[in-house]
Amino acid sequence: MTPEVANHWYPVGMCSGIHGAQATQLLGQSITLGKTGGQFWVRDAGGKALPVIERFGHLWTSPGQPNRDLFTIPEAETPGRRLVDCGSVRVKCSPLRAVENFLDIAHFPFVHTDILGAEPHTEVERYDVDIREEVDEVWATKVKFFQPQAAKSAEGGITTEYMYRVPAPTCAVLYKTCPPRPGEWDVITLFVQPLTEELCEVWPWMALYDDDTPMADLVSFQQMIFMQDRSILENQIPRKLPLDPGMEVPTQADLTSIAYRRWLKRTGYTYGAQVVAA
Amino acid sequence: MILYDYVLSASCYKVRLMAALLGVRLEVKAVNFHPARDHKSAEMLRLNPQGTLPVLVDGDLVLTQSANMLRHLARQNAPQWLGEASGQIDPWLDFAGELNASLGMARLHDVLGFDADIVQVRRDGIRQLRKMEAHLAEQRFAGMGFLAGVAPTIADIACFPNTALAPDGGVSLDPYPSIRLWMRAIRSVPGFVEMPGIHRLHELAPAPERSR
Ligand SMILES: N[C@H](CCC(=O)N[C@@H](CS)C(=O)NCC(=O)O)C(=O)O
Ligand SMILES: [Fe+2]
Repeated sequence: MTPEVANHWYPVGMCSGIHGAQATQLLGQSITLGKTGGQFWVRDAGGKALPVIERFGHLWTSPGQPNRDLFTIPEAETPGRRLVDCGSVRVKCSPLRAVENFLDIAHFPFVHTDILGAEPHTEVERYDVDIREEVDEVWATKVKFFQPQAAKSAEGGITTEYMYRVPAPTCAVLYKTCPPRPGEWDVITLFVQPLTEELCEVWPWMALYDDDTPMADLVSFQQMIFMQDRSILENQIPRKLPLDPGMEVPTQADLTSIAYRRWLKRTGYTYGAQVVAA
Repeated sequence: MILYDYVLSASCYKVRLMAALLGVRLEVKAVNFHPARDHKSAEMLRLNPQGTLPVLVDGDLVLTQSANMLRHLARQNAPQWLGEASGQIDPWLDFAGELNASLGMARLHDVLGFDADIVQVRRDGIRQLRKMEAHLAEQRFAGMGFLAGVAPTIADIACFPNTALAPDGGVSLDPYPSIRLWMRAIRSVPGFVEMPGIHRLHELAPAPERSR
């Protein structure tokens, strides 16, 4: 495992779901984690304690020496939000493909038909994408899309504005306009735990302004959406994410994906990637 | 009628699908099965001591087995869905329970990380799929598209979800042409509703033009 891969923070469990000791995998290595006397811990296969951070309702660790703190999401900390633990869904796909799919808005009408998108509203308008060097993150802003049911709390079709952010190679955060609170963003994240290069545990998490919808409905909505993606993800070919630009002509919708792949390649993040020599 | 429901559960979907096909309105109450395990909460255990979903409440009646829920919905609304003889239907309702224990468990293992002997449950599921394939092929040769005749019954609705979701548990449906035609027939019944992993039927695309 290269330092470019090892020196990141990875999600390995949902804090509210960790009681005794349990075993899982991270980057192809067995690890154990648990909670003793109110303290979370993670150990590698040899029994060595790994660093831990408790954030966004999840437990994070790193098999390497991360040279910076786990990212923060200041918007998710504003008071009045519901923090929604969605559990995990296991998917046979590259962790990078799981993130890339989350960044792709063009699949909404076809995969989340009549919920997050609907024909004939399939057009993705111009939006801005950049790799923000100063924070080392990928951002897409001013993304607009027509949605029949943008959230559990949405009553009818609305044009939703999105921002996408990739703060770490296997994590993505999306900000979307919040129907009950114009001017604020709902926060929906995808934290991907790479079990191996072609198998991941995906932990969605949300911080929403919604005082009315029962928690079980918020969780169901998110799980329904993510399970619609799962069958697509498990059938993608090639299994690993190619980091070298192919022959295909990029469309507007692909711009985020192109920036993401370029950023991964530049930072040497190759776990779950297919790197073909030029 | 209140359905205590979990959106990813094949057994809950049986009941949502049956109700939709019959035009029966259900009051659906989402239960946080995963990750909160609320189906084992004190409140849910009072309703169903077995701690499983779905649970259907109709007045004083509390049903905890999806097969009984299908019977109940059909009996009250459209008895033709009960088939001509219960002798032809009941074995398939039992069979649906076996599919839930094999393919359903493989799916819970692969998707939500449930403990299971994955090799064994997949093997059981494949054996059952082969049995269903053989039966449905015979039915077709006799001019019947469904498990118990020319029209769909509760037997089809009971067996459909875990069959259609088999790929979620790592079991391919490619080897079973009769099952695939049968699933297509079920998806074309007016009123059909989808669930994650089971898509609605898209109209057949026009044949591509021949290039020469
Ligand atoms: N009770 C049976 C089985 C339903 C079933 O398998 N339910 C699962 C959810 S998909 C369940 O509640 N499992 C929890 C448990 O068995 O403890 C039925 O109604 O068909
Ligand atoms: Fe999606």
